[in-house]
Amino acid sequence: MAFNFPAFSYIIALIVDAFLIFFSLFHVIAFDELKTDYKNPIDQCNSLNPLVLPEYLLHILFNVLFAASGEWFSLCLNVPLIAYHINRYRTRPVMSGYGIYDPTSIMNADVLTRCQREGWIKLAFYLLSFFYYLYGYVIALENDHIEHT
Amino acid sequence: MTDRRPNGFPSLRQAPPIDQFNGAHSSQSSRSSSPNSRAIPASQLPPSRPPLALASPSKHPPGPLPTSAPIGPSNINSNPSGGSIEKFAPVVNDNSANINAQHLILDGNVRWKRATYDQYSNSEFGANPIENRSVGVAKSSNEIPARTASSYFGEAPAKQPLVDVQSTFNRNVPANPVRSSHGPYSNDTAQVIQPHVNSQLAKDEVVTKIPLNASVPSDPIGYRSQTSFNRNAPATMNSNRMPYGGVYSHSTNVTQQMGALKIDQNRARIDNSAPFYGNSANQIRPAYNQNVPQAPANVVRTTYDANRRPPLPQNSLNSPQIVPNSPQIVPNSPQNGPNLAYNQPPKVNLHSHRYPTPFGDHAPHHYEQQFDLLQQPNVLPPIKEPPPAIRLLDQTNVEANCSPDLFRCTITNVPESASLLQKSRLPFGLLIHPFRDLAHLPVIQCNVIVRCRACRTYINPFVTFSDAKRWKCNLCYRINELPEEFQYDPLTKTYGDPSRRPEIRSSTLEYIAPAEYMLRPPQPAVYLYLLDLSRAAAETGYLSTVCEVLLEELGGVPGDARTQIGFVGFDSALHFYSMSEGANQPHEMTVMDVDDAFIPTPDDLLVNLHDRQDLIVDLLRLLPRRFARTTNTSSCLGAALQAAYKLTASTGGRITVFAASLPDTGPGKLINRESTNGELTDASKLNPANDFYKKMALECSAQQIAVDLFVLGDRHVDLATISGVSRFTGGQIQRHPLLDGGGGVATRGNFARSFRRYVTRKIGFEAVMRVRCNRGLSVHSFHGNFFVRSTDLLSLPNVNPDSGFAMQITIDEALNDIRTACFQCALLYTSSKGERRIRVHTLCLPIVKSLTEVINSADQECVVGLLAKMAVDRSLTSGLMDAREAFINAVIDVLGAYKVSLNAGAAPSGLPAPDRLKLLPLYVMSLLKNRAFRNDRSIKLDERLCKMMEMKTKPLYMLMLEIYPDLYAIDDLYNQPVVSTDDGEEVNVPVRLQLTARCLRNDGIFLMDSGEKMLILVCPNASPDTLKQMFDVSNLKSLVSSSDVPELENDVNRRLRKFIDYLNEDRPFRAALEVIRDDSPNRGEFFERLVEDRGENALSYYEFLQHVKTQVK
Repeated sequence: MAFNFPAFSYIIALIVDAFLIFFSLFHVIAFDELKTDYKNPIDQCNSLNPLVLPEYLLHILFNVLFAASGEWFSLCLNVPLIAYHINRYRTRPVMSGYGIYDPTSIMNADVLTRCQREGWIKLAFYLLSFFYYLYGYVIALENDHIEHT
Repeated sequence: MTDRRPNGFPSLRQAPPIDQFNGAHSSQSSRSSSPNSRAIPASQLPPSRPPLALASPSKHPPGPLPTSAPIGPSNINSNPSGGSIEKFAPVVNDNSANINAQHLILDGNVRWKRATYDQYSNSEFGANPIENRSVGVAKSSNEIPARTASSYFGEAPAKQPLVDVQSTFNRNVPANPVRSSHGPYSNDTAQVIQPHVNSQLAKDEVVTKIPLNASVPSDPIGYRSQTSFNRNAPATMNSNRMPYGGVYSHSTNVTQQMGALKIDQNRARIDNSAPFYGNSANQIRPAYNQNVPQAPANVVRTTYDANRRPPLPQNSLNSPQIVPNSPQIVPNSPQNGPNLAYNQPPKVNLHSHRYPTPFGDHAPHHYEQQFDLLQQPNVLPPIKEPPPAIRLLDQTNVEANCSPDLFRCTITNVPESASLLQKSRLPFGLLIHPFRDLAHLPVIQCNVIVRCRACRTYINPFVTFSDAKRWKCNLCYRINELPEEFQYDPLTKTYGDPSRRPEIRSSTLEYIAPAEYMLRPPQPAVYLYLLDLSRAAAETGYLSTVCEVLLEELGGVPGDARTQIGFVGFDSALHFYSMSEGANQPHEMTVMDVDDAFIPTPDDLLVNLHDRQDLIVDLLRLLPRRFARTTNTSSCLGAALQAAYKLTASTGGRITVFAASLPDTGPGKLINRESTNGELTDASKLNPANDFYKKMALECSAQQIAVDLFVLGDRHVDLATISGVSRFTGGQIQRHPLLDGGGGVATRGNFARSFRRYVTRKIGFEAVMRVRCNRGLSVHSFHGNFFVRSTDLLSLPNVNPDSGFAMQITIDEALNDIRTACFQCALLYTSSKGERRIRVHTLCLPIVKSLTEVINSADQECVVGLLAKMAVDRSLTSGLMDAREAFINAVIDVLGAYKVSLNAGAAPSGLPAPDRLKLLPLYVMSLLKNRAFRNDRSIKLDERLCKMMEMKTKPLYMLMLEIYPDLYAIDDLYNQPVVSTDDGEEVNVPVRLQLTARCLRNDGIFLMDSGEKMLILVCPNASPDTLKQMFDVSNLKSLVSSSDVPELENDVNRRLRKFIDYLNEDRPFRAALEVIRDDSPNRGEFFERLVEDRGENALSYYEFLQHVKTQVK
């Protein structure tokens, strides 16, 4: 029984998604720390900003795999998030480094709540999609099995 | 709904909520969880305040009230000498005369010093330290035991010179004896404030604060006195008191009979361009004054002259107006006081001369007063109104509240829930001017600074004492122990009554902080000047001014013996000036490699101001000549900042940057973004082009370095980008265009004055500011120049007395279980003398439940100030047009909310506005025409941005002058009411005029005061006599634009100069003065500020109101 490409893309998605879950968890915790005065916004932005692009790229990576393997439904589920990510990065504050968080504006209550909400929503999304990828992986194996028998 | 909009306004959304400035997220959204947040019509709400001993004045009907003594106008007017009235106006620490004039030092041995803060601050700036010990004795009132100097000095009492006792303390003498001569206050001295029981918070705690001074005139009394005063006041206004009345001859006969009022129904059809103000409506004066039945029918003769300058019915400004659908006539307004000035010019003694009202803080609050803006266009009070008084019902020390000059809230009654706030549509925020120069400030040194153990709130006048050993925090309600030391009352030298401590008597005070408030030992004051030496800078000639001022003021630079100073120049290279020990003259070292600049001889660049004074003086003499003929046109500001950062990083300090040209080489170089055919008003150009300067600012901020920016000349320097370096380091930004004498004569002098102020003013280093508030309230966002280090902590590398801050507050949880909301601002800083100090301001506001109370307690100036700051943010995020819309929507929302709160069966047809918000549309309209927000492509990018920065940082009293300048007619000062200042000088202060050409007369001379600049306009037909006396010119033609009023020995001139001095009194530096003729080339500067008139694609005030009216639902 061969390991087909859809199954491969799902297993990659599964692994990457686990990372993304950690990323969003970290994001939520970081903003909570900011809200409760534990961290200096400069330090916090310095630790958050390097993670922004990797997160976006990882997310795009397995969606490319989905596209290649013809998993259109899974791809459609993720397209809104990709669009959101692209837009978020496009409208980031003027800054020379990578990342989207600016220590001078991050302490604004609006920005803080928005970022925190974004973290929670993404966490939920990644968690749900984790199980979906698991399911998709099994289905892909199943299909493969059916084809071979 | 779009088709009815006039031209000037973009298409509008249906009025969104007030937090439209905050973008999509509305943090004030109503919470269904809160029981009080359900929409309840105001009428169905329970009575807003529980009945208490001191009833709110709003509960009183406006009818006659029983007063304890008969009061007539004579009671007020016959009080020329001072003291008494002065006591009622809002001022910082006036409540406790025996405290605020002190410099208290309490150490282990409990040693006492007493001096005025003036003297204190003198000594801080290097004046005679002996003065610090000069002693005044408050020896006046029957409550305060007579003390001698010795009682304040443990050791050496008799030897201390008793300097000027009277003059030091005459203002602080408790006015009880004087006040008791007033009828209504006569019971004050005997008054014992009822200990109240705070039923909700602590059922059994009886507040044991009985102020021994008892200098708290309770509100109802003040109200009564006002009421009866007004009823007896002869309120007839004869046309001879109308300033311009007699000039015109076109007549509008208004016959008015008692009780039968004729209202000209034609008002609705008034042509906008035609001066509808001249219509009869304003001359109608209902016979409200029962005590003066012989009020004559007023026949006002008016005309419109060829210039269509109709008369302003000035004398009817205060007359009660008739609102058609609400026929109640509101008899007495707080502005009736000055009206009397016309009848029998009294000498109104001013307490705080910015609010020259004889009633001061105790002007009654008319909840029921309502204005129909469309029918009463002349809303501007002729003299400045005080900010609304804060009415705490259950505090015995009402006067202890923070001065509105320092700490001000947009709503003086805090709504109890977010939904109530949402209904009122008012922005909720604080405006604070924490480091303002204060005349009297109690300074306390003690072993333990008493703070709440839970929330770290400093003890303040609004805490309650459960017994003599414990106090209850008014922010978190924790019960805390009092240290033993706090039991000691330093004044009476007795133990056991903590409520007499200065901490409890004054809500603004300063602590000298012990070592645990320091992260490192206090650093020396370090001043580094970065001088632009490029061609553009040489053309402005700023360098000679800077060097001159510095040469003169080197002795006055704040700091101690360790003070350091240094200079770095920059054009396309960096120029360092080494002033090494033993050198005969300063050495210049030029570093050409700006991309990786190094610092030659780092030790000799920043030198001790006192040790190397000769070298510094040499350098300052040489510098202006050295670069006067430079041909170098580029500027490497970025590299200069990096070098300056390296120089000062170890100590922190202040970097002063003078920039005249765009930084185009080295790190942080910029390209010119200014477009040649006018500026677009989208957000992109108002935002920085790169983040070099912001990152630089963050680095500086971390090392306690502040960068102040002076932009000189009119060239584009991309202020949007380079201002970042000041914005996030607590610096200030000033722009001085036209230094090279192109336009204004006054500008160079103005730059010199403002720079002199800058060099010598007080400064605080390594500062942080924290704002604490009750649980349930939180700071949403801050406005000003600083770096926000955490949700309620601002990092301010430098703090200066000329910058203000603002914060928006959100209500997170319903506040229905508490009755007062408190805000405490603590500013921790290192003084220039190397002392760590904490300045604490506490503001306490009542919490109310009804929409009416919220709306009627709005502080319109403060609201406008906050709106302006929010609009700047909005402009930067989503563009100028968006911000302009938001302004208009804010007005529409507030007036709409007021209409809802009126809850009248038949909605009033006009545009009703509450008394406390009647100027809001006017101010907002002037903001729309301000250069910061005007939709005008000819305004340069830098200028607009600089104005926006000013909106963010100027303290409110200066901001209001910028938004709506004061206009006075000064050609007849002799006949104007007299006020006497603190120094006992008597000044003629004319009434303020509305900013419209209608107020100008052909033969008048007018002064427009916009804070940093005063313009005197001489109209073509001004009388030659006056011109001769005022300006020493024989006719108008020979009057050239000048920057000053000559000093002449005649009455007219002297009165004018006195008046100008009076206006300047409170400013950080004297305003620039410019005399212009009606045909001068720069007359536009004057007429541009006449904001009520219709301008190029801008609406007149009346059109604006009509537009608002169509939108108010």
